[in-house]
Amino acid sequence: MNIYVCVKHVPDSAASITVEGKTGINEKITFLLNPYDEHAVTEAAKIKASSADTEVVAVCLGKAAAENTLRSAMAMGADRSILIETDQYHDSIFTARALAAAIRSDGRPWMVFTGKESIDSEGMQTQFRLAQHLGLPVATNVIKIDADSGGVTVECEREAGTIDVFRMSAPCVIGAGKGLNSPNYPTFPDIVKSRKKPVKRINLTELAIDPPAAGMQILELVPAVEQHTPKALTGSASDIAAQIVDILKNEAKVI
Amino acid sequence: MQPIGLLIELKDGHVKETNFGVATAARAENRQLVALVVDAPADDAKAALEAYGVTRIVNIRTGSDGWNPAVHAAAVVAAMQENEITTLIGLTSPTGRELLPRVAARLDAPLIMDCIDIDLDAHRVKTSQYSGKTIATISMTGSHFIYGMRANVVAPLKAPAVAEVIDFAFAADLRGGFEVMETRTDGGGSQYLAESDIIISGGRGLKNAENFKLLFDCARLLNAAVGASRVAVDNGWVPYAMQVGQTGVKVNPKVYLAVGISGSIQHFAGMKTAKTIIAINTDANAAIMANCDYYAVGDLFDILPALEAALGSVKR
Ligand SMILES: Cc1cc2nc3c(=O)[nH]c(=O)nc-3n(C[C@H](O)[C@H](O)[C@H](O)COP(=O)(O)OP(=O)(O)OC[C@H]3O[C@@H](n4cnc5c(N)ncnc54)[C@H](O)[C@@H]3O)c2cc1C
Ligand SMILES: Nc1ncnc2c1ncn2[C@@H]1O[C@H](COP(=O)(O)O)[C@@H](O)[C@H]1O
Repeated sequence: MNIYVCVKHVPDSAASITVEGKTGINEKITFLLNPYDEHAVTEAAKIKASSADTEVVAVCLGKAAAENTLRSAMAMGADRSILIETDQYHDSIFTARALAAAIRSDGRPWMVFTGKESIDSEGMQTQFRLAQHLGLPVATNVIKIDADSGGVTVECEREAGTIDVFRMSAPCVIGAGKGLNSPNYPTFPDIVKSRKKPVKRINLTELAIDPPAAGMQILELVPAVEQHTPKALTGSASDIAAQIVDILKNEAKVI
Repeated sequence: MQPIGLLIELKDGHVKETNFGVATAARAENRQLVALVVDAPADDAKAALEAYGVTRIVNIRTGSDGWNPAVHAAAVVAAMQENEITTLIGLTSPTGRELLPRVAARLDAPLIMDCIDIDLDAHRVKTSQYSGKTIATISMTGSHFIYGMRANVVAPLKAPAVAEVIDFAFAADLRGGFEVMETRTDGGGSQYLAESDIIISGGRGLKNAENFKLLFDCARLLNAAVGASRVAVDNGWVPYAMQVGQTGVKVNPKVYLAVGISGSIQHFAGMKTAKTIIAINTDANAAIMANCDYYAVGDLFDILPALEAALGSVKR
């Protein structure tokens, strides 16, 4: 059975973002595999290594350039990939439908991985919508997975020091958290090998997705302004400490 | 009166402070605030919710044994339908991150998490995108609208009201292949970073795990939470739950003290909205020094003990 891993093509976290037009950004910057999706690919490859007859398939809805992200996913362990090509921005209500349709038409999932969130739209929701469309249980921010013939046991980090242990039937959807593993950064031979792995391109229109009744539309994007004017605290350590206490007390009024 | 659902979170029998900001943001003449309390002591919450204008409390009982996000989300959807609620607002907290997207997925409804501004009439919000580097204005269409607010963006304002408490029993359908085996609390329930008014964070400059005690000592006196940079987490000095930044927790405190942290773009992504940023660093050219409100060029190993002493004498 297949393990599907949804991977998003996102701007490098260190890139500076310039707004273009009303809602777009200058895309002449480095794009990468979404950091949480790296953990998802790594885990899928690890599970494959200990299970017979399992194929890891990376799936992405994105522009043609997103092929690079699929290549990275294949260098990190995916066997093949599916690019659902589109020129447009899609919200997660639509994205989840497209990902579900592509997975359904490709094969039978055992597990479907996503990241816990994308670092560009910061939606925190695609995994849940995908699970709803596929009719599967879902857990997010997963940091440990134990799969057996009866199902999948996952540990999820809910908050500082609180871990939920869920048991899901398979197939299921898993949103990878940072604590899941250390990403499998590819070696040069991995990268060479990945160039030969197949990418199936589907045009979004081929999936014939009915336009959803609900949506989220970006009306405007503006750079976030930082309004901080740095002022120096000077003197001895105790002078500085006294000034900090004064700021906490009289300016921020938190003590 | 349009009913607005508020997803209420309790901790140790008390309504979390951050809920009051949400109630304040949602309040208007033509709206009725309906608090949804799931498997928690709604009667204990009544007085606190009334103080912020809630006039109806739906006491949802699922009969499930403790926390179960799948069951709780289904129960919230059922309670929304029963009370004709089409707008639901919660927090981008650990609970909100689990429940709000599950509710939205069930209803196939639009959801924006981490809202810093909401217009419930126009179904329009502002939220950060691209790791806090841009602010997006997003408009939602559909039959239901779900909002996850960032904690502390609206200051709570009281508006006393009288609330009725309505019991709502939800018969959980426990099929669907999702079961809670256990919930473990390691770490001893430290304060959740994103809900803290004061955060004091340490980075590589702390040098090791033991030195974080310097931060914890000051934090105790300040009733602050302790955060960290990714370097401190990756070195195993503190747990990942304490990481602030793009791939950690995004925080919005009144005061953020960055100690021995250089202020990388990824760290900033998680704390740039803090009202007052104070940096302590030996390097006057560290990025954080140009992007804060106050900076001290100095050694944290001198300044933190002095700060602890100064805070100690304020306390007394
Ligand atoms: C995809 C991705 C995601 C990331 N996500 C995050 C994230 O979520 N959060 C995060 O924090 N980072 C994140 N990073 C890492 C980030 O790029 C930086 O590496 C990290 O933030 C640096 O941590 P630091 O400031 O502690 O260390 P450094 O950059 O090494 O800075 C240490 C600072 O301490 C000062 N110092 C040293 N000794 C003392 C002393 N005795 N007294 C006072 N000051 C002293 C130094 O002058 C220096 O400025 C991410 C990176 C990537 C690529
Ligand atoms: N366009 C996309 N293509 C493939 N996967 C996606 C896409 N958008 C979101 N995802 C997946 O859904 C997760 C959560 O995304 P989000 O809801 O945007 O925070 C990501 O980590 C990805 O795994």
